[in-house]
Amino acid sequence: MIFSENFRIAFRALWANKMRSVLTTLGIIIGVAAVIAVVSIVQGLQHVINQQFQGVGATYMMVLPNQQSQQGPGVVAKQVKLTWEDGQAIREQVPGVRLITPVVLGPETVKYRQRQHDTLVLGVNGDWPDVSNHAVDRGRFFSAIDLAHRRKVAVVGEEVVQELRLGANPVGKEIYVGSLPATVIGVMEERGQFIGQNIDDLVFIPFDTSLQLFGRRAADQVQLRLQARDATVTEQVRDSIARLLRQRHRIGPDDEDDFQVLLQDEIVRSVNSILGSVTAVVAAVVGVALLVGGIGIMNIMLVSVTERTREIGIRKSVGARRQDILVQFLIEAVTLSLVGGALGVSIGYGIGALVAGILPGDWPAAFVPLWAIALAFGFSALVGIFFGIYPAGKAAQLDPIEALRYE
Amino acid sequence: MPLIEIRDVHKVYDMGAERVRALDGLDLEIEEGDYVAIMGASGSGKSTLMNVIGCLDRPSSGSYVLNGTSVAELGDSELAAIRNREIGFVFQTFNLLPRTSALHNVELPLIYAGVARRERRQRASEALARVGLADRSHHQPNELSGGQRQRVAIARALVNDPSILLADEPTGNLDSVTSQEIIELFDALHDGGNTVILVTHESDIARHSRRQVMLRDGRVVEDVAPAAREEPR
Repeated sequence: MIFSENFRIAFRALWANKMRSVLTTLGIIIGVAAVIAVVSIVQGLQHVINQQFQGVGATYMMVLPNQQSQQGPGVVAKQVKLTWEDGQAIREQVPGVRLITPVVLGPETVKYRQRQHDTLVLGVNGDWPDVSNHAVDRGRFFSAIDLAHRRKVAVVGEEVVQELRLGANPVGKEIYVGSLPATVIGVMEERGQFIGQNIDDLVFIPFDTSLQLFGRRAADQVQLRLQARDATVTEQVRDSIARLLRQRHRIGPDDEDDFQVLLQDEIVRSVNSILGSVTAVVAAVVGVALLVGGIGIMNIMLVSVTERTREIGIRKSVGARRQDILVQFLIEAVTLSLVGGALGVSIGYGIGALVAGILPGDWPAAFVPLWAIALAFGFSALVGIFFGIYPAGKAAQLDPIEALRYE
Repeated sequence: MPLIEIRDVHKVYDMGAERVRALDGLDLEIEEGDYVAIMGASGSGKSTLMNVIGCLDRPSSGSYVLNGTSVAELGDSELAAIRNREIGFVFQTFNLLPRTSALHNVELPLIYAGVARRERRQRASEALARVGLADRSHHQPNELSGGQRQRVAIARALVNDPSILLADEPTGNLDSVTSQEIIELFDALHDGGNTVILVTHESDIARHSRRQVMLRDGRVVEDVAPAAREEPR
């Protein structure tokens, strides 16, 4: 028996029952489509996140006030503070810190003439462009003098330039940031989206100036962003910062930190672990879909064997051996599940592409890694073999005389 | 040495409480090139004998030597190979694959013989030409008349050059005119050197053969060999 002949027979049989074949493989189609779509979306997300964090570099770190440490029974609520004074202490006392900036932020409305636009305002110092690895495109960032004199100056993102119609030459234009009049001194490089936040839709003002806008209390709740000297010392730097802040905040040896220090690779790792659990949940759902799909295939193959009892008798009478019949029906089941797998891959890819198209920003074009496709096909084939073996065995065991007599 | 040598063959079916002796110590020899009609009433064992000769079934006891091979103790795969090489079946109900062209139906035994596609096509076309259906090779069974379907079945039986053409009531589902055509085709195949075994209960059909074997209760009760074929009426 020539092997390829089995595929021809299988396709012929499946083609004769097109509708039934497609309906049968629906479980497989849905399962595989779900895998491919999710893998494609997660890969896209991971790509975007990794690229962005790679952008700020492996030496990037964040210090945040930890609200959670306030909570708990029997703990007297103590105002969590993280101030720029802490930041300055870190800069002076922790070796290995290269750059550090405080960040306070809040939503504000910016105005220019009759135009207004809701955006996010950040109060930072002159290290911001180097800390966040985001350079100024036109004009300049804050100088020491801007900061020291609490000058009312602003650096805006490209999106803000567009929304306020600041024109081709925004530097020198007078705008309002909330209630605060400010002169635009620079425009940041265009960057696009980053995890739902449009990096181009930001307004920066000097840290001390921003306290006039957000109020003095904001100075107790700053975030610190910093760059370590190199990637090998980040964990040392983190420990030194923790020791210094515990001392400054007078935290007892048994009490928890009222701040947290995040390393860039930890941030990436935690995002990736979330994406990993999303993938795992989907994989479980897909497992169920493939199981249901497999049972569907077994069912339809049993029907097919019964319907074609006479055909089996004819084939046996002209010299088909048991294994010829077994292989024929097994290949038919596998072909069925592989066709389902192929349809699933293309539908899943389509969904991934659609999502990539809908999501704004520099989302990469739908990308499905080869391993996911191989896995999808491998699983489909496995399901076909596993659930096809029983019906095929039943066909192979048919007695030719009985089969020929079957009406 | 005869082509078929059957010695003291028994075939017993267990039907619950009853044991049915379909073949009961049957002896039969058939020479190569012979033209035999196996006759008998319903229940005489002629279908069982045909299944045994055609290697679709194994005797319960006794010996069956086909073309020098002792068939009685072969396994399933070897029996399948014998059916493929040595036997060409023609059935009363044609038994063609539906929704499948005449050519592909005729090709079927060659697929299981492992013949390559190109040669298969060639030989199947030749077989169809031998039964006068060269121009119908791409028709499906439901597009053919009963007589044409049986011709396709005969072409399928011939295509692998078997030792025996084994026909079970080949005209049972055909009208008298078509029956005549089909039986003449068998005559021609016999004249061309094929060994033909017909199972039939119609004496009109049996009259075409060289030898008539009558079965009753699983035994041969009459075995006549008219010297010459009678002219059909």
